[in-house]
Amino acid sequence: MSDARHDESDRADSAGGTGGLADRVRDDLAGLDGYRVALYVTILTMTVFFLTPIESGLVTAFKTNPDGISSTLPFAPPPPQFFTLEKWQTAMAALGRGMVNSALYAVPATILSALLGSFAAYGLTQADWRARYKGPVLTMLVAGIFIPYQAVLVPLSQFWGAMPLQELLTPLWVLGVPEAYTGLVELTITHVAYGIPICMVLFRSYYRNVSEEMIEAARLDGATFRRVYRRIVFPISTPMFAVVLIYQFTQIWNDLLFALILVSTESSPAAPVVLILAGLGESMEGQDFALRMAGAFIAALPTLIVYIMFGEEFAEGVAT
Amino acid sequence: MRDILSSVRQRLRRVARATRTSGDAGHGGEDGTDANGGGDPTLDDGAVVTDGGTAAGSDGIVDRLDDRFGDDFTESAPFWLPPFLLVGLFVYGAIAWNFVISLTDYKGFVGPDYSDLDFEMYVRAINDSGVIDATVNTFLLVVAFTAVALAFGLALAILIDRNIRFENTFRTIYLLPMSLSFVVTAQFWLWMYNYNNGVVNIVLGTVGVGPIDWIGNSSLVLWAVVFALVWQFSGYTMVVYLAGLRAIPTEHYEAARVDGASTLKMYWRVIIPQLKGSTISAAIVLMVFALKAFDFLYSLVSGYRPPNGADILATKMVREAYSTNNWAYASAIAIILFLMALSIIGPYLYYEYQQGNL
Repeated sequence: MSDARHDESDRADSAGGTGGLADRVRDDLAGLDGYRVALYVTILTMTVFFLTPIESGLVTAFKTNPDGISSTLPFAPPPPQFFTLEKWQTAMAALGRGMVNSALYAVPATILSALLGSFAAYGLTQADWRARYKGPVLTMLVAGIFIPYQAVLVPLSQFWGAMPLQELLTPLWVLGVPEAYTGLVELTITHVAYGIPICMVLFRSYYRNVSEEMIEAARLDGATFRRVYRRIVFPISTPMFAVVLIYQFTQIWNDLLFALILVSTESSPAAPVVLILAGLGESMEGQDFALRMAGAFIAALPTLIVYIMFGEEFAEGVAT
Repeated sequence: MRDILSSVRQRLRRVARATRTSGDAGHGGEDGTDANGGGDPTLDDGAVVTDGGTAAGSDGIVDRLDDRFGDDFTESAPFWLPPFLLVGLFVYGAIAWNFVISLTDYKGFVGPDYSDLDFEMYVRAINDSGVIDATVNTFLLVVAFTAVALAFGLALAILIDRNIRFENTFRTIYLLPMSLSFVVTAQFWLWMYNYNNGVVNIVLGTVGVGPIDWIGNSSLVLWAVVFALVWQFSGYTMVVYLAGLRAIPTEHYEAARVDGASTLKMYWRVIIPQLKGSTISAAIVLMVFALKAFDFLYSLVSGYRPPNGADILATKMVREAYSTNNWAYASAIAIILFLMALSIIGPYLYYEYQQGNL
């Protein structure tokens, strides 16, 4: 959260034209020509553009509704008489179980899709088999990234409706887990399946640059294909695993469509956090923007933390 | 309303499950002997098949497969085959199944009848003004969003590439919105576009414009959505272009300088033409994101019907399926959407294949 607070002061500085950062930058620029000044002004304006919606949401989440919201500027911090933490408590009460549910499928789905993507990439780069047959397999996997999910939704509902998953998971229900959690198992498998293509492509771009001599030497020494993966390829993949795990976690946590189709109602005990947040507007407090903003920040918190801690890896993931 | 829908959906699932169970009971005896009996090989079946191939240890088959497909074919199969089967089933199997469903008259709560197949749903889609409007909106959204996000992202990349201080900080800030969910950014922009208290109208008010009802005005809402999406994804384009810019050798900049070209001319004549690859791959990814704008539109209204004037094929399809239970019709719309995506992706993959990038 410290970074968000920093953003906020950043925003206030450039809007007000006074304060620490703006002054420092101006001092830096004192000796530079007009061109550099224009450059930095443009860059700071862009910073304001990108941070305003987030900053406005953050300050609004601390205001009372409707007095605080309607009597202050949307990007101004709440004055003491309109300050409240109540919205955060309400939002947390509404979204708390959703956070747990989201983590329950996002974490396993992220790990599984990264692993399977790594397997597929290894089997399709370092393995020596005919390009004539390898090509179509590879093309089908790559094309899987670009499929609009709408094209598979109806069969997906049919498929999960027909799978006797709920019966298979009976031991869980006996232990007292609500049966609605079947939806989370479905979500996990679905996200793994649709996540494999992008993970495969990310790993593949990495494995293609792995020194072939090293692997060739190991193979000549009699190491099996599997052993080479375990002893050489998997250990050197660590940086790429970081990239893929971060990217996939963000994607899966943020996705609404599959959650909507497979869990379907925000009142379900298994509802993921995005589903509850999307439904906040339907409740009695629908127009309570302070509550909405607090909810949005709570739902975004895990991805924000991941992004702030691993911004470099995230950038690498999206750029590939 | 929502509760009725959900109970309906749950009933539907129960019915589907019940039919499946009775079907299984009918030929339960075969299941033990035939692993692929269902016609839909699941992941487990795939694993069984693979293991059968290698674990059986009959060198003859393995050798013959390797002779035909390459040295490591059988040895590497445990690595690529399970993911491939999973993707094959969930992506290509599902699309094929979706196409078959689109040929039926499947709607309501009784399962699809596969004996009566025709193109009736496609005829209906062509004559449905809702589908035509949604197609036009999809097209406008994809083209406008992609073009603006590319141009804006390129401008950002050039700015960031001019040897500035705190480069990493600015890059991190510009890319930040991309790490947020559509559901979250929809909340932010709903507040930004708020009629009385939103930032957009207050800023416009200072120059004497507005206030404007961005979400409620059917001729403006699509552009408001495009603007919000550009905000969310131009950081992505920036990162892609930045990688492209960094890959251009410094000599090219210097050569242009020696020739006396102005900065603007240098970028236009020398640098931007070299970013063709970055532009194509970024454009493809942006178009895919635009097709996923469903999440954003759903969250704007917390429901299946987006604001008037912002209905796209993605929202129309989901609404037909999960709100009104016109499954076959929704499948037909999904196939139309899929063909639109294919018309973009097909040439792209072919291009990449020719460049040797696949």
